[in-house]
Amino acid sequence: MIQYYFDWSVITRNAGALGEALLLGLGLALVSLAIGTVIGLAAAYARLSCRPWLSWPVWAYVEFIRCMPLLLLIFFVYFGLPEFNISWFDKTQSFILTLSLYAGAYMSEVFRAGLGSMPKQYVEAAKAIGLRPWQRQRYVVLPVMFRITLPAISNNLISLFKDTSLAAAIAVPELTFVARRINADTFRVMEVWLSVSALYLITAYTIATLLRLVERRYASIR
Amino acid sequence: MSDQPLLRAQGVRKSFGSVEVLKGIDLEVRQGQVVSLIGASGSGKTTFLRCVNLLEEHDAGDILLDGEPIGYRVENGRRRRLSETRVSAQRARIGMVFQQFNLFPHLTAEENVMLGLTKVLGKGKAEAREIAGHWLGRVGLEARRAHYPYQLSGGQQQRVAIARAVAMEPRLLLFDEVTSALDPELVAEVLGVMQQLAGSGMTMLVVSHEMLFVRDVSHHVVFMDGGRVAQAGPPAEVFDRPDSDRLRGFLGRFHGMFGGVRH
Amino acid sequence: MLDFSMTPGAFGFEAWQSRWSILSGVGVTVASSGLTIVIATVLGILFGIALSYGWWWLRLAIRLYVDVMRGIPVLVLILFTYYGLALFGINVPAFWAGVIALSGFATAHIAETLRGAVQSVPQGQMEAGKAIGLRFAQRLRYVILPQAVRRMLPPWVNTCLEIVKGTTLLSVIGVVELLLASQQIMARNYLIVDFYLLATLLYLIINFAIAQIGGVLERRFSYLRY
Repeated sequence: MIQYYFDWSVITRNAGALGEALLLGLGLALVSLAIGTVIGLAAAYARLSCRPWLSWPVWAYVEFIRCMPLLLLIFFVYFGLPEFNISWFDKTQSFILTLSLYAGAYMSEVFRAGLGSMPKQYVEAAKAIGLRPWQRQRYVVLPVMFRITLPAISNNLISLFKDTSLAAAIAVPELTFVARRINADTFRVMEVWLSVSALYLITAYTIATLLRLVERRYASIR
Repeated sequence: MSDQPLLRAQGVRKSFGSVEVLKGIDLEVRQGQVVSLIGASGSGKTTFLRCVNLLEEHDAGDILLDGEPIGYRVENGRRRRLSETRVSAQRARIGMVFQQFNLFPHLTAEENVMLGLTKVLGKGKAEAREIAGHWLGRVGLEARRAHYPYQLSGGQQQRVAIARAVAMEPRLLLFDEVTSALDPELVAEVLGVMQQLAGSGMTMLVVSHEMLFVRDVSHHVVFMDGGRVAQAGPPAEVFDRPDSDRLRGFLGRFHGMFGGVRH
Repeated sequence: MLDFSMTPGAFGFEAWQSRWSILSGVGVTVASSGLTIVIATVLGILFGIALSYGWWWLRLAIRLYVDVMRGIPVLVLILFTYYGLALFGINVPAFWAGVIALSGFATAHIAETLRGAVQSVPQGQMEAGKAIGLRFAQRLRYVILPQAVRRMLPPWVNTCLEIVKGTTLLSVIGVVELLLASQQIMARNYLIVDFYLLATLLYLIINFAIAQIGGVLERRFSYLRY
């Protein structure tokens, strides 16, 4: 076996940069999740609508995104939009736009399932106390659905966080990008990638644990 | 009839956690006999049946099939579990029919019956198919041999399950509340098949709540109460001269059912 | 955009010029996806069985593996494998480093899927298998797995789609699969939107084909209803 001497000073020297990169990745994931939630919600309602001109394009959007490699989408948006003379955005904004579109499709499936599994009696009870249609959605259906779909939303957040690694491909300085840079500078392969893997792993499971606590707070609804 | 009973249970005990479900069961089944276990739910009937087929492992006592202990061998006075292969071979000599049928949903009626014949008894496909056809015919389902379980009614599924068990030519056949999951109008067809089997000399150990059937078909009835055998004897004795309030109370619940048929 | 005429600089002409590059890109994408799907399915089923029925230490080890694999981005796995193997003097081409990393990731997903599917087979099935005297391996082979495989089919198809999409990440370590092949062509003719659209179309076709195959398999198992 080949000897390998670990030199963790590479990591300690770059701890600040790695930390910043990790936070950037988390930020990208959270912003995309927020925008994706809005898109997903609108898409889910459109998809469940009985007007085909509303539901059909949404179906196409969701299926398109689900079959489309994220990396291709990232490049397409980043390099393709300027071809249409749309170039007001920088690479980070371009990535957020892409990841939000991506998240929107997956979230719409989550919400569609959530709306579909909504027990009828809640809506009927809301009707019975005289709430108007939008009030029924705002005060009954949406709060219940968010609680039902919370586990799926937290899974999506973790996936999105892992997907932020692809931003490295267009040189957004998140964790994977910074790791590659340090790797290229120092060639301390094991230290760099073990640390980065651990950072992703720990962050992902921290998110999972935190969201499980949130779920438990709202566990009153089954 | 030989002197040695086909199945002999001696002091069988079984606990789930701190709850002792079987508190020393003694019981004998002779070749060709139909023995029925009756009693309230929770009295340990089903657990005992499952111990006989090693779906549960009894904690103490012996269950002997043809004089050979089931699931364990005794070595230097200590119980040792038999190997997976030996246990499987013992199970193959005891058939079992379940409350929930448990047919294999990915196999047709015929294939359900054939699986044990080919994989356990090592019979060829053609021979197994012939045997399966014979037994499906005996339970009146020859025409349904190519149907999947979801295409059959509950009663038909249970008859296939009986055919699957009998086709293995077991020494002993166990029935675990086989009509409890059936719609009332389907009970009779399953009981009919069981009666016919009993008539052909099959040795059967039956857990059932169908008191009329138990009374008509059994050679021996065992009333279990709280993990013990409370009374045992020929059906006439157990049903007509219950010697405890518990048994009287238990039978009283079925009295309405008897009223119409009794002469 | 999308000028199909056969004059130099038009998409039609440039696409015809680069047809072999595109086809070879598709070939590499299909080959790496196919290999990964086969490896990950075989290993995933073995790991899934061990996860359901293994000795406690084996279950623990595989549980750890599955959870680690699911917490790390695939791109990091690919980069780690690529640089790591080179570091230890194991000289594998980038293609194989990528297939190994993708397989490692997909194996974890399939193992977890199979464990869930095995768990969803009713307890009575195992008991009915015992009652007719089948040994453990036989119960697994003839009773549990046929039912579990049916149940894991839809998530398995999803994993296959993820694998195909994941092969685009191999471009990062220089494997000239469909995405990188398209980008190399764009670097020559600057028809960026056209060739991204072409690549998109090809990915949609590949994934649509996989979804269709999945549908056919599901219909073949349609007798398994409850």
